[in-house]
Amino acid sequence: MKKPIILGLMLLSSVVMALSFNVSKKETKTEPLMVVKDSIASVAAFKQVYAVLMSPRCMNCHPAGNVPLQGDDSHLHTMLPKRGVEGKGVLAMKCSNCHQAENTPGLHTPPGNPNWHLPPDNMKMVFQGRSANQLAKQLVNPKQNGNKGMKELIAHADDGLVLAGWNPGEGRSLPPISHAEFKKAWLKWLQTGAFAPAK
Amino acid sequence: MNRRNFIQSSAVLGGGLLISFTIPQANKLAALSQPTATSGFTPNAFLNIGADNTITVTLSHVEMGQGIWTTLPMLIAEELDVDLKKIIVKHGGPDKALNHTVFGVQITGGSSTTWSEFDRYRYAGATARIMLMQAASKKSGTDLKDCKAENGIVIAGKNKYTYGELAADAALLPIPERPQLKKPAEWKYIGKGNKRLDASVKTNGSAVFGMDIKLPGLLTAVVAHAPVFGGKVKSFDSTKAMLVPGVKQVVQIPTGVAVIAEHYYAAQQGKKVLSVVWEDGIGAQLSTVKQAAEYKKLAATDGLTAQKKGDAAAGISKSAKVYKAEYVFPYLAHAAMEPLNCTVRIDGDGCEIWTGTQLPAAEQASAAKILGFAPEKVKVNIPFLGGGFGRRATPVTDFVSEAVHIAKNSGKSIKMVWSREDDMKGGHYRPFFVHNVQVGLNSEGLPVAWKHNIVGQSIMQAATPAFGAPKTPIDSTSVEGVMGSPYLTQVPDHFVGLHNTEEVVPVLWYRSVGHTHTAYVMETMIDELAKSSGQDPVAYRQRLLADHPRHLAALNLVAEKGEWKKTLPKGRFKGIAVNEAFGSFVAVLAEVSIADGQVRVHKIDCAIDCGLAVNPDGVKAQTESGIVFGLTMALYGELTLEKGKLQQNNFYDYRIARMHESPEINVFIVDSNEKMGGAGECSVPPTAPAIVNAIFTATGKRIYNLPIANHKLIQQ
Amino acid sequence: MEKLTLTVNGLAREVNVDPNMPLLWVLRDLLGLTGTKFGCGVAQCGACTVHVNGEALRSCVTKVSRAVGQQIITIEALSENNDHPLQLAWAELDVPQCGYCQSGQLMSAAVLLREKPNPTDQDIDDAMSGNICRCGTYPRIRAAIHKAAKMQQEGVKP
Repeated sequence: MKKPIILGLMLLSSVVMALSFNVSKKETKTEPLMVVKDSIASVAAFKQVYAVLMSPRCMNCHPAGNVPLQGDDSHLHTMLPKRGVEGKGVLAMKCSNCHQAENTPGLHTPPGNPNWHLPPDNMKMVFQGRSANQLAKQLVNPKQNGNKGMKELIAHADDGLVLAGWNPGEGRSLPPISHAEFKKAWLKWLQTGAFAPAK
Repeated sequence: MNRRNFIQSSAVLGGGLLISFTIPQANKLAALSQPTATSGFTPNAFLNIGADNTITVTLSHVEMGQGIWTTLPMLIAEELDVDLKKIIVKHGGPDKALNHTVFGVQITGGSSTTWSEFDRYRYAGATARIMLMQAASKKSGTDLKDCKAENGIVIAGKNKYTYGELAADAALLPIPERPQLKKPAEWKYIGKGNKRLDASVKTNGSAVFGMDIKLPGLLTAVVAHAPVFGGKVKSFDSTKAMLVPGVKQVVQIPTGVAVIAEHYYAAQQGKKVLSVVWEDGIGAQLSTVKQAAEYKKLAATDGLTAQKKGDAAAGISKSAKVYKAEYVFPYLAHAAMEPLNCTVRIDGDGCEIWTGTQLPAAEQASAAKILGFAPEKVKVNIPFLGGGFGRRATPVTDFVSEAVHIAKNSGKSIKMVWSREDDMKGGHYRPFFVHNVQVGLNSEGLPVAWKHNIVGQSIMQAATPAFGAPKTPIDSTSVEGVMGSPYLTQVPDHFVGLHNTEEVVPVLWYRSVGHTHTAYVMETMIDELAKSSGQDPVAYRQRLLADHPRHLAALNLVAEKGEWKKTLPKGRFKGIAVNEAFGSFVAVLAEVSIADGQVRVHKIDCAIDCGLAVNPDGVKAQTESGIVFGLTMALYGELTLEKGKLQQNNFYDYRIARMHESPEINVFIVDSNEKMGGAGECSVPPTAPAIVNAIFTATGKRIYNLPIANHKLIQQ
Repeated sequence: MEKLTLTVNGLAREVNVDPNMPLLWVLRDLLGLTGTKFGCGVAQCGACTVHVNGEALRSCVTKVSRAVGQQIITIEALSENNDHPLQLAWAELDVPQCGYCQSGQLMSAAVLLREKPNPTDQDIDDAMSGNICRCGTYPRIRAAIHKAAKMQQEGVKP
């Protein structure tokens, strides 16, 4: 059991490092880190965030089970690829066997990203089935969000896989709002205290 | 062949032993009677024995997975007495000598290869063996009765000759009339376990399919087809397509616009930027929702009489209880794994074609007509077929004609390759069908009146180019399984009616043809009647099928082997169905559970009575195959149209059952001396009804329209 | 167009291609390795499965540029003499019917067997559900994988 956990942590930390390098430049330019608590504004911002996270483009890779979801109706991925320890699939069905570094051209072809994967087995970060209240709490809990602190959470808005949601490939709907609007709502939610809605 | 013959032969002439025929007389063909070192001894169209002892068997039917690459050579190996494993097998091209012994045209279909060739191929082997023995007798001066042929050698007294050594002499002998065949007790191959002769070439990539044809200078062609059925090209602009590296030519053909390139990728890139303006035509008016509504309306009225006894309406009005149901079945695509393709090379006044086809002579005739050549100037080579299921037996020769047009109009040697999307949207589907059924029951819950109307397109009408115009408007492929149903024979008042419809969508036989829907209706309705009157579905069927011993044999065997009476663990449910198709009788027992609104099929037990099972493991393999095919049809099979455009594209929206959905399957062969039937299609029909009958037990819900995936299932 | 050098079945092969061309068509149409099949073009059916650095890649959606510098193995080189335990088990149990999907099935199964020398039915589901067989040979594929696992343990050389 030890080995997979270590692997999982290594993976996470490398992702976080890469991302924090990326975002630190942007941070200083635009977004102040200061938190001014405002529960009403925060909950209102989270409403927008939640709509995005529960859209097929985000939720499909944050399934409740160990099989990703597919399509605008979020059905189980047809050939039932399994999450695996690292979230990268198993055996002859590893994610990158089909999912390339970029979207494959054509209707309903596999969408792509160099880092295409599910959350790992020891940090599933489930969205599917979560209420707004549950998801909001989960997102700011380092034990459930992949050890992300405020800085990493802010940076996560520009994560490559998050951005992939707005470049879904032919035949797939976009999240309900643009990435810019999402990022704005996400930051607003965090900077107003990351309050969880009542339900 | 006329359709009446087709019906009778598929329904009645199921017994290979009963079919009389003559072996094509090779000595009438000068070329064959003059042996040379290379041509060897060819006693008939099916067999050649080389001086080097090679035994080559030519198949009158084609291998598309069903295993006749092994079964037909088995029949010759048996009578010729040679090692089956050493036989070289090849597909025959168009040749009247290879016509179907019953259907009269050259076709692989109707689950008929083994029974229809059982005698001819055995006689082909036996004839050669006698002639080889005669040659040995003459050569050695030994009396014929002291000669013995065994495992490729004739022992003539003290002399031993290999078949190859005798081939040249044997070829000069007159062909004996009707040699003695082996008795069943002497069989070494028939009825025994035989490994497929094509297994190893299909495990290392060396098996050649139509898609794999290589010729010097061969280009690849892809086609932009009308998006609406029946649509035509209005105009097109190939400027951008021609700029794609590798694209060589863009030509218009009757069915669209072809892009010809150095390879498939370039051709597809060219097709993507090809601009075509289409004339949709009346096809644009066709939508599934509208079609279903129209068909339902028609099904509520009496169609042309297919079968009638007494007065169904009157019978129903005086029945103790009446059940009514309306069933809807969607169009289905065959979706063989190898997308349709065809290679054509035209050379002066000759043409050569390479394609996986179930109808070689029809393809040849069409190509000849398009090119203005004599048919014999068109050579058709048939590699392995990457699945057929009926789609490669298209009487209108759609894909081969299309490829010939491309070669003709471009002047190039081309391999036309359809994408999966082309293949799926290419029409020639299992027709859309609606059934309207009313059944009157007596106080014992037994059917006493039955009114049944069926609405759909006629496949035999569509098959006219190869089989001639239908002589009766009652297309047996639309009503088979209802017409002639063992359940109906004892219903005093019954009526089976048929409404033939016409649509722009071309239709075709699809593995098990009419039984795909008729068995579903009959077997789910019988189940409904049994359960509604509180009777055990097996016991109820046993009672109704009392005078149908072969149905009963299959039903009883599966009930015994599948332990019908045993209580299943909690959450597991079973269902049963039995059906006759293509001369074989198949019963299926399905075990299912329900989770997340869907069914999971855990186990299928199946019994088949096909008469003598020539290659028992082959029968089992085909039966397993048909069950998985039936499972896919039941779970997912559905094509839909909107404004004449097919809505499905590829396997993501036309799903095929996969490994994780494939149940444990146990096949039991009824020990039977009855007339031989088929194997390839026969287990498809009872699979879907057995599954939904189990679903009913689990959920209390009856499914009147397929596929099951459209229904949310909740366990009771 | 670019000149790319690929390592296919242990041999260096030079091709002059659009780097976006799927590996499948490079193998089939340029290198003549037709054992790898085209079934769907969108990574749904697995007929085009090849090994790229040991992984069961769907070559129909893999750009040839991704395979540069990698070890590409196709069905033609799964074994030297058609004697990989899987190939032997496939023939022994008469797995193939039409045979069109079987190259892909075998290439997927080979990765499964390498990573799980003694696979369970669940492992087989997890590894093999990406390969469609329209002939429905799944029960025999399952049995053959179990048989090959046993053969491998008993020392049939891979």
